[in-house]
Amino acid sequence: MKANQYPWWKNLLVVGVLLIAAFYAAPNLYPSDPSVQVSSSRVAVGGAEQKQVEQILKLKGLPYQRVEREGEESLLVRFADPEDQLKAADALRSALSDRFSVALHLAPATPGWLEALNAYPMNLGLDLRGGVHFLLEVDLNASISKAYERHAMDVRTLLREQDIRYRGVRVHGEEVHILARDTKTLEQVEEAVEEDYFGTFDVTTGETEGQSSVVMRLTPTSRSEIRRNAISQNLITLRKRVNELGVAEPVIQQQGRTRIAVQLPGVQDTARAKEILGATATLEFRLVDEQSDPYLAAETGKVPLADELYYERDGNPVLLKRRVMLTGEHIIDASSGFDERGQPAVHITLDGDGARQFAKVTGENVKRLMGVVFIEQRSDTVVTDGEPHMVTRETREVINVARIQEQLSKRFQITGLDTSREARNLALLLRAGALATPMYIVEERTVGPSLGQQNIELGALSVLIGFLLVMVFMMLYYRLFGLVADLALVANLILIVAVMSMIPGATLTLPGIAGIVLTVGMAVDANVLIFERIREELDNGNSPQASIQAGYSKALSTIADANITTLIAAIVLFAFGTGPIKGFAVTLSIGIVASMFTAIMGTRAVINQIYGTQRTPTLAV
Amino acid sequence: MRLLPRKLDLDFMGRSRHAMILSSVLLVLSLGSLLFQGLNLGVDFEGGTLIEVGYPAPVELDGIRGRLEASGFDRAVVQHFGSAQDVLIRIKPDERPQSELSNQVLESLRGGGELQLRRVEYVGPQVGEELRDDGGLAMLYALGLILIYVALRFEYRFSFGAVVALVHDVIVTIGFFSLTQIEFDLTVLAAILAVIGYSLNDTIVVFDRIRENFRQLRRHSNTEVLNVSINQTLSRTLMTSLTTLLVLLALFFFGGEVIHAFSIALIVGVIIGTYSSIYVAGSSLLVLGVSGRDLEVTPVEDVDDRP
Repeated sequence: MKANQYPWWKNLLVVGVLLIAAFYAAPNLYPSDPSVQVSSSRVAVGGAEQKQVEQILKLKGLPYQRVEREGEESLLVRFADPEDQLKAADALRSALSDRFSVALHLAPATPGWLEALNAYPMNLGLDLRGGVHFLLEVDLNASISKAYERHAMDVRTLLREQDIRYRGVRVHGEEVHILARDTKTLEQVEEAVEEDYFGTFDVTTGETEGQSSVVMRLTPTSRSEIRRNAISQNLITLRKRVNELGVAEPVIQQQGRTRIAVQLPGVQDTARAKEILGATATLEFRLVDEQSDPYLAAETGKVPLADELYYERDGNPVLLKRRVMLTGEHIIDASSGFDERGQPAVHITLDGDGARQFAKVTGENVKRLMGVVFIEQRSDTVVTDGEPHMVTRETREVINVARIQEQLSKRFQITGLDTSREARNLALLLRAGALATPMYIVEERTVGPSLGQQNIELGALSVLIGFLLVMVFMMLYYRLFGLVADLALVANLILIVAVMSMIPGATLTLPGIAGIVLTVGMAVDANVLIFERIREELDNGNSPQASIQAGYSKALSTIADANITTLIAAIVLFAFGTGPIKGFAVTLSIGIVASMFTAIMGTRAVINQIYGTQRTPTLAV
Repeated sequence: MRLLPRKLDLDFMGRSRHAMILSSVLLVLSLGSLLFQGLNLGVDFEGGTLIEVGYPAPVELDGIRGRLEASGFDRAVVQHFGSAQDVLIRIKPDERPQSELSNQVLESLRGGGELQLRRVEYVGPQVGEELRDDGGLAMLYALGLILIYVALRFEYRFSFGAVVALVHDVIVTIGFFSLTQIEFDLTVLAAILAVIGYSLNDTIVVFDRIRENFRQLRRHSNTEVLNVSINQTLSRTLMTSLTTLLVLLALFFFGGEVIHAFSIALIVGVIIGTYSSIYVAGSSLLVLGVSGRDLEVTPVEDVDDRP
């Protein structure tokens, strides 16, 4: 009697799946190296830089494993010890010029033959490797009101070009109102703007302060386009800024309709990351009004019409001309350094247009005083009376007043910043460009490297202990059958790790490890159901072979039902959860599906091999 | 080895009155506590800033509190976390720019000696509110979808029975967090959703057997069928709960401080889920009046029985 034999292809399937799984799980056995990545978005990184890096490390006496070149963009220095890695990163940062960014990295040490077959280790979440996660809210209302202001200006130009005598163009909330002297002109206005802004604006007639007027409102399509553009432009700027910060493997992506999620693995200086990500900083150059007394203006509040009152960093008032000589938009490159007296400075390069403009005004004003205005905007959440609000603070201060010694043009430097950190930040922000729309941090999750390491160790320890406990228990309770279930459990773990490594977007987090632990407990459930059924069948006096057959077949629908309901909970969790919680849902789902395969087909294949051909075996269950 | 004797005939349904009283007491206690003292919501759901720092040697909290007060954080909650070297600081949302608070705290603490940043969690109030809403919705969706699945696979009264047991488990588990005032954060929510899946898993196994027995044991009364079914599945129910509890205890003792509340939620959930699938789910079927005849009217196709 051959009651319990699998056809050859089923055995092959079980063995085949497990072999492939073992192969793709294998890269995780090689621990990652703490490394430092040296890269540049502006110059090629090659052999010369490699020598320089090696020299710096030797000089400091920092032992490294090896330096690898990654294409033309970056170098990777591997270390044996995380302490050396941190020290080396600091040493390289101060020794290399700021054209290079130095980033901490955990580089996988996967052997080449595995990599050649696309086998890579699992991605580790920030809670396991250390790093920062930011969620930034893009202030889309600001982008809409900016668009209204811009269009109002365009409308003025348009009407002037067409010689239509309007009386005023004003922005009222989310509407542009155009006033005119008489109804005939108003009709002309309406016709002109309707023709020019068809599709962008809905044009109607209405009333403004008791007079009839033409009212323009953005159409829903153009509104959503403005929003989309605002987000995508901010994404571009953020990418540039993060590149400049020097982060290995950053993740920057839109989340939901108005948010951008930024993940910076290995970043330790979260204060700097925060200063950079949401900030808008720029410069303005203006002439100083040398005829008027700034102290008098500050005291009396009477500022000459053509001037604006500013303050220097030390608190002294300065009167600057309203006319701007040059704005920060023309800056195409900026790097930080020191001037001849050792003060922090920013070296600035202008585009062609800006250089011409600046050469002209500075040439006309040699020997006069020029002020450099530093403008910084930051938005953040504050809570008043239990309600959150977004506030934007703008700092405008004069960082430097100096006599124009000669005509300035394409390249020059500015000083007056307090620290070299400030100079570095300003240079970075000028280089990476301004944000299209204000943006502010609504969520931060930072995990220090020591906690990340601890989370990995504790996670692995609890998986191991949980695993052993369950295995011993199953073996004691179901004897040989328990041992088979233990094999299935190991296979299940390998499958989870393999699938997690194969899905490119899957990330292992601490809750994810908890999911694996939980799966271990629940994966044996299928075997418990089957084995209990077999025992029952034996108790009812059925033959061993029939009992195996009945145990597996009768338990099947129960196992399916029970697992599908858990899967539903896991999927809901995935849909609603964020970050690490998603990781829990992922490992739980993979574990459940994998356990169906290992606990049912896997154990059956083994049981069949052991008992399948015997006539009346004594089942050790 | 066996946990239970071969032929088991415990009268579970006869004790359903006692179970009902126990469940009512648990539910009233949980709901009362939720109503009167609520949950100790973590930063995830309430918004605010949480900072964990590690010192090279054990530190006194008073010194840290003094430093923070001097920097204007007089309402910060300061406590040890796991060991005397680790300190946890919590700041509720206020009228200061929120995302920068953690840096100010760290700066103020760094003035007092060497320390290591372990983690920072800042959740803006608007995000906290969303997480709260999403969390509630997630639980409702999970319950709703499971209700539909069980209704499709069994019969609508089974489905109500299962959901009664689930709601019972969820309320008691959340109630436990309210009573003990252990911090309720995102990981606890994830654990509770896992409890929903787990507890249902248990209930389904019992229901499956009840359905099978309704078809086979036609001459027995409903109460008898339920009793037999629960007895037959009892050793499996206990075995699975035991293995799951084993791993959860491993997680609780070795998984580290961050995962503590998570494992507590699951441990409580598994215990209460095991109890409810034995006592609550079956009783609710009796109350709802399920009998063998209902299953003949709507015969349910089993999935393919061959392995």
